[in-house]
Amino acid sequence: MTAPSPAEVDQPTGDTEVAEDVPWVVIVWNDPINLMSYVTYVLQKLFGYSLERATALMLDVHQKGRAVVSNGPREKCELDVFRLHEHGLWATMQHDK
Amino acid sequence: MSPNRKVKRRRGGKFEVRLSEQEGLVLRHVAGQLREAILTGTEGPALRRLFPPAYVDDPEKEAGFQALARDELLESRLEALDQLEAALDEPLMDAERAAGLMRSCNALRLVLGTTLDVSEDDEPVLDLDDPDAPTWALYYFLSSLVAELVDALAGDL
Repeated sequence: MTAPSPAEVDQPTGDTEVAEDVPWVVIVWNDPINLMSYVTYVLQKLFGYSLERATALMLDVHQKGRAVVSNGPREKCELDVFRLHEHGLWATMQHDK
Repeated sequence: MSPNRKVKRRRGGKFEVRLSEQEGLVLRHVAGQLREAILTGTEGPALRRLFPPAYVDDPEKEAGFQALARDELLESRLEALDQLEAALDEPLMDAERAAGLMRSCNALRLVLGTTLDVSEDDEPVLDLDDPDAPTWALYYFLSSLVAELVDALAGDL
């Protein structure tokens, strides 16, 4: 997936301007199907995380139900979500609060 | 390393995936079914699991995301199914094809697991009185294949 070009990105308007400046976070949610080893592998492969970091995030997903796996500008997070979806992980994004 | 392993790393960054004839036939069959379902856009929870939302609380942003991402995700899933079929034709493959095979097998697990309503507590033991036993058998087969592919591919990280 290519990141949306600037022209396609919604321009901040009035009351959302402040919110748009807040960074985004990508969240992976627990699901009973994906294998733990598979989730760890995907986090290593997509984000270049060490085995230790990817394992810790996977365990957060598994035990706490969710984990923030990446963050940044909206376009970058959309691309991360897309790549996670490609690999079958249940990922969403939202403003960092 | 168990002699029963279906996936082996070979020299030169290659992977060898050896399935029995029956396993290959079944995998090809269900991969074809998934391709058909993706292409026809069959609605249902199983397929929705393969095309999840990115924004859960923002319908406008979600619509924008889907407008950009959905077709590309569809293409990506079809390409991974191409890789699966190519892997069944030729057991020796590069890492990219092995990764496509893994992704497709995982997509099949997601579809089957959603249909079976898998829970965290399900033990990989077949209940032969369960009318879904053949689907469970396929699900467990895919689980072990994905686990082996992950093991093999993780060596390249």
